[in-house]
Amino acid sequence: MKLLHHIGAYFLMLRLVFIKPTKAKVMRKLIFQDIQDLIIGSLGIVAFLSFFVGGVVSIQTALNIESPLIPKNLVGFATRQSVILEFAPTFMCIILAGKVGSYITSSIGTMRVTEQIDALEVMGINSVNYLVFPKIISMLLLPFVINISMFLGILGGYTATLYGGFSNSADFIEGIQMDFKPFHVTYAFVKTLIFAVVLATIPSYHGYFMKGGALEVGKAATVAFVWTSIVIIVLNYIVTQLLLA
Amino acid sequence: MIELQNITKSFDGIEILKGISMTFEAGKTNLIIGQSGSGKTVLLKCLLGLHQPNGGDMLFNNQALVEMDDDQRRILRREMGMVFQGSALFDSMTVLENVMFPMQMLTNQSEAIMRKAAEEVIERVNLVDAQQKLPAELSGGMQKRVAIARAVVMKPKYLFCDEPNSGLDPKTAIVIDNLIREITQENNITTVINSHDMNSVMEIGDSILFLKNGVKAWEGSKELIFKTDNEAINDFVYSSNLMKKVKEVYQ
Repeated sequence: MKLLHHIGAYFLMLRLVFIKPTKAKVMRKLIFQDIQDLIIGSLGIVAFLSFFVGGVVSIQTALNIESPLIPKNLVGFATRQSVILEFAPTFMCIILAGKVGSYITSSIGTMRVTEQIDALEVMGINSVNYLVFPKIISMLLLPFVINISMFLGILGGYTATLYGGFSNSADFIEGIQMDFKPFHVTYAFVKTLIFAVVLATIPSYHGYFMKGGALEVGKAATVAFVWTSIVIIVLNYIVTQLLLA
Repeated sequence: MIELQNITKSFDGIEILKGISMTFEAGKTNLIIGQSGSGKTVLLKCLLGLHQPNGGDMLFNNQALVEMDDDQRRILRREMGMVFQGSALFDSMTVLENVMFPMQMLTNQSEAIMRKAAEEVIERVNLVDAQQKLPAELSGGMQKRVAIARAVVMKPKYLFCDEPNSGLDPKTAIVIDNLIREITQENNITTVINSHDMNSVMEIGDSILFLKNGVKAWEGSKELIFKTDNEAINDFVYSSNLMKKVKEVYQ
């Protein structure tokens, strides 16, 4: 019953996001600020993780090819498929649930604890629209981050393969071009957009409706991360079934 | 003027406010006092529209809140200013930006006009030197003054203050009390202050509503508070040794 209550409250909050909008001039400023905090601020960690995980994927693939009948271009092929289909869109979003999600929950939660949200409401401002809408819009730029993640993941795989001596440049490049289906990139971006909305709204919900003090802000951030991850994993399954199966 | 008519409010079947009736007059500092858990904050939140009363009505300048549609309520909200217990300043904004915020959100005035209005109010609360500082760089008393400036910048008809002195030393508390009273009188605002600070009561208690367990147990003014034989208010007022001594001297 509690879960149903939360689901209902979450969708009611989503409805409030789109009514009684904040003035465009103010909203534009908020959106740019959130792009800075949520998107640009995530590029460093995304770039670092993507490059090294891409490298690990290619090394593990290369080390597991024992049969001489398997072509060496498989390393590039496997790296590309792993990075584009799963690592960049899904696992990067789960990592961002920790970074971006906890930032959103704690910033909104702190505003709740310090009565800043009440202050907005008393002024006659739709606080849900003011706080959550710019986060949703800025998170819609997430595919650009994931695009960078894809590129750096494959680049990391290429670098690790070459410098580890597992394959040569020509084989790896042949592998990443082999049997390439552009729809796989579309699929990755479609699910990234869905995850972006989840990443913006579930942590916002947990921050907005939190009760208590500073300790509860930390707990809310943890709960938000857990639920965001669960929802991303479940939606990943559903979207994959719908688009690829 | 605000008139409360038999206000009731319950949470999960527990009655917090039990038929409160009272008139808060314009140009006066009206205090709601009582122990923690007496229903002061709930009553204030009902006045602000953050809680919907279960029964009764509230008349703002003879306009009944229950009869107002959403647009009328929104307009009424814009005539209200609020000073929160913890000041509730926006952390990422400077003092000037905090004070300008309600105007930026709710009016279409030019930046220059808004800035001028904000600077005037900041000057009124003696914070000219602090206007480019962030709330975290200010003392508790200065934060309260910013909160007052933000609350009155839109020239509200109604000003609500939730424990404006909490966490302040007695001297700063008196400065804040007097600032609220001066602004109330200068602008003929209907000010309602939620407090359990007896210093505030004696300083600015033009009109006092005493709540006990969600019931109006007494109403009067600071002049009457020492003369009443109401057991409930006497029990509250003379709970500290200081006030007992004051009573002895007074008598």
